[in-house]
Amino acid sequence: MALENTAIQEKLAATFAEDVFNFQQERDIFSFEMNANNNTAIILFLKNDSELRFHFLTDLCGIHYPENPIEKQFAVVYHMHNWYENKRIRIKAFINGSTPEIKTISNIFLTSNWMERETYDFFGVNFIGHPQLKRILNMDEMISFPMRKEFPMEDGGRTDKDDRFFGRTIDNC
Amino acid sequence: MSELLLPPEHRYAKIIKEQLNEDGNELSILNLGPTHPATHGIFQNILLMDGERILDAEPTIGYIHRAFEKIAENRPFYQITPLTDRMNYCSSPINNMGWWMTLEKLLNIEVPKRAQYLRVIVMELARITDHLICNSILGVDTGAYTGFLYVFQFREKVYEIYEEICGARLTTNMGRIGGFERDWSPEAFRKLDVFLEEFPVAWKEFENLFERNRIFIDRTVDVGAISAERAMAYGFTGPNLRATGVDYDVRVAQPYSSYEDFDFKVPVGKSGDTYDRFCVRNAEVWESLSIIRQALDKMPEGNEYHAEVPDYYLPPKEDVYNNMESLIYHFKIVMGEVPVPVAEIYHPVEGGNGELGFYLVTDGSRTPYRLHFRRPCFIYYQAYPEMIKGALLSDAIVILSSLNVIAGELDA
Repeated sequence: MALENTAIQEKLAATFAEDVFNFQQERDIFSFEMNANNNTAIILFLKNDSELRFHFLTDLCGIHYPENPIEKQFAVVYHMHNWYENKRIRIKAFINGSTPEIKTISNIFLTSNWMERETYDFFGVNFIGHPQLKRILNMDEMISFPMRKEFPMEDGGRTDKDDRFFGRTIDNC
Repeated sequence: MSELLLPPEHRYAKIIKEQLNEDGNELSILNLGPTHPATHGIFQNILLMDGERILDAEPTIGYIHRAFEKIAENRPFYQITPLTDRMNYCSSPINNMGWWMTLEKLLNIEVPKRAQYLRVIVMELARITDHLICNSILGVDTGAYTGFLYVFQFREKVYEIYEEICGARLTTNMGRIGGFERDWSPEAFRKLDVFLEEFPVAWKEFENLFERNRIFIDRTVDVGAISAERAMAYGFTGPNLRATGVDYDVRVAQPYSSYEDFDFKVPVGKSGDTYDRFCVRNAEVWESLSIIRQALDKMPEGNEYHAEVPDYYLPPKEDVYNNMESLIYHFKIVMGEVPVPVAEIYHPVEGGNGELGFYLVTDGSRTPYRLHFRRPCFIYYQAYPEMIKGALLSDAIVILSSLNVIAGELDA
């Protein structure tokens, strides 16, 4: 008996009511959004519930949506996997753009420790309660968060790639 | 001495200051890496040591971070394969194919059976080279150089097959959306046949050299063991997880590229130690060889090597010069002006080291809105400090080799 989308949805809605919403089947993955304030409880429930058993955290990453209203400018995306039923889900939690913060799940899934550090490193999302929230791939001295959309790809001060050296001007391209 | 190596506020400096052994010996700090020849890549670990025993470790990563995810947000889709090459460069075709399959899932493209089988062959070749390097380097680190030199020439043979398929060797940039860029030459199939004939003999000898070798067993059994529960908590996938006894394999769980057509076993270990990881990889090489043979046997007739998707697949060059329609398609594809639906896709493949996932968010433009690589090395390397705690320094080297942490994939 495979785990049905409706079963997951009903169970979550019964326990968390308004905190889980926007359920949909996106291609081959069942996905929904959750209230960021309640993320630890929802993830813990998904992991420990005897029917749902999403015991494996596949992936955790951030997304920046600068076009969104301020309270939804960052998203933290969780991919979870139930190996018993071979069922994957994707959960998105939108968080505030000016002070992006969300509770850590590194006490639920050890593996999220570095994933959250990576997300902090690139997006500046503050994971509250993380045991060692510091940069992981970039150097510690860095002050910006490079995966944010406003971060330019290249150093603006570079002169070796000046368009004028390639015969391009504002008028001819 | 320790103050010279560490800033005084470092937690190890504090531990050393407070803790003096009963015999009056001091704990010490050792910097393993970042450029130590034995670590096969750029890994730094600050080790807190009592004599030769490791008490704690603090890894530093990111030495070859190249911001692939950021670069990918500024490139058209077909220019992202070269980035995937450079992640796990020991098995780059798997990364390439994984990326193309992600795009095909996004665009709902059905790849012809023959192209799928060709992909399976090249992916299994990549898996063989990946495991071959890992296991033979593990041999080198335990003091047996011969095995490495002996099987390494077969990696060269596989690279010659890649060369016949796509022209490149290490960073292959192989394939296109919908299949391959050209059909495989008869020479490629001939080289593959020779490889399938010669390699099993060498691999058998390699196995014989290690599997019952007293020195090798003493160095690897019960070294760096991790339980299945801990491994799953740490997000292990691939051979390192299967060595602990969990038979999770993406090829079986979510078959892609027609893996369901082939009959193969998923080898598992028991104790999750270095020796089990070695044996699981060894066994997987045999399964890969069997899959390649099956794919060659079942290969459909004809010479179809790509799907008919003119919107995404570059037309032949002579058509571009002589045919208006092909020229338009060529121009649109090269400029990246192809129709792309707005969607979120997650596609996993079984990479050399575990579940390699591509999480792709598109907004209908010519570049991904967000592309995240689920890199198995990055995820399981965080268990390394726990695995080397209490081990000897020489064991730390062996454990690192047996985990097959590839710096390119770790740092992306």
